[in-house]
Amino acid sequence: MAVAQVAPATRRGMPMLGVIAVALVVISLIVGIIVAITVPTEEHFSVGVANFTTPPFLSSIPWFTRAMLLGLVAFALALSFWLAMSRNHKLVPGKRQYFGEWAYSFVRDGIARDQIGRDFQKYLPYLIALITFVIINNLWGMFPLTLFPTMSHVGWAYSLAVISWLIYNVVGIRKHGFFGYVKHSVLPAGVPPALWVLVIPIEFISNILIRPVTLSLRLFGNMFAGHLLMLVFAGGGQFLLFETAPVINKFAGGFALIFSLAILALETFVQCVQAYIMTILSAQYIGSALAEEH
Amino acid sequence: MTPMELNGNIAIIGYGLGAIGPGIGIGLIFAAVIQGTARQPEARGAMMGTAWIGMALTEALAIIGIALAFVFANFG
Repeated sequence: MAVAQVAPATRRGMPMLGVIAVALVVISLIVGIIVAITVPTEEHFSVGVANFTTPPFLSSIPWFTRAMLLGLVAFALALSFWLAMSRNHKLVPGKRQYFGEWAYSFVRDGIARDQIGRDFQKYLPYLIALITFVIINNLWGMFPLTLFPTMSHVGWAYSLAVISWLIYNVVGIRKHGFFGYVKHSVLPAGVPPALWVLVIPIEFISNILIRPVTLSLRLFGNMFAGHLLMLVFAGGGQFLLFETAPVINKFAGGFALIFSLAILALETFVQCVQAYIMTILSAQYIGSALAEEH
Repeated sequence: MTPMELNGNIAIIGYGLGAIGPGIGIGLIFAAVIQGTARQPEARGAMMGTAWIGMALTEALAIIGIALAFVFANFG
């Protein structure tokens, strides 16, 4: 009996090793495919904005590009993930239900309840949909066959930010009335009237105009710059390693290719953090639009 | 042997200058978080939430910088 109990505990180390091995294989695959994609097909290859253009699959449907396909797949994945997690609940949770409850309560307790306050339950579906959609779209940048973060096309980030902007403004107007909300958002409590000329334009620009811009540009910039950095290391390393003669260049190219793995790991972290930040900032804007006057 | 183009632009130097401020700011934020965690380890969770928001707001300048660098690069 004691042996039977010990055995699973010692075997628990094995899945960890398996995960690491699979991760190594996947990472090497990714690097191989990055190199394969960045191998110049024409005479000159340059890393730049042009690498992010996605031509449409069929020339008759110009809007159906790779980014659109990835976005639609991410939508389907997010939907089926939460459908699978929310059905067939039991009193004693299994692994699937436990994971689903953990993910749900991470958003509910860590993001919605902390930032919005008492009436957080109403806005929870939007926040959960937002974080799931954004994190899947960001992680597309990591997988060998997709290898393209959808949000590195700025239009996707703009549209998400516009949805958040509409939600927090509409919610604030509903709560305080139109003029009440304008006063609430451009005039912090306790400012002496002599400073109103200075404070009102600053608060208006920062709360109404700049917020959606930074919300979208933050997501877009991180995805775009991170992917560009990976492309520079992989493409430049491949060029130095294979297409230049001096030996020192071969060392530098090999080092750059190995170092691109570190960039890849950093990117994974950044992609998760950006999805979290996008959601927590949306929640905070909703919370500040709902806040009572002090 | 095909030569590889490395297109450069002065706008990227502007981005580099613009990234100094957010760099210092993010350093200050996480220095404060580390100090706070050292003094009161059980408050780490609450501090990290605020720290991520602070980091997001601080790095907005750098992000706008990189977007504008690409905008101005096309004027060159």
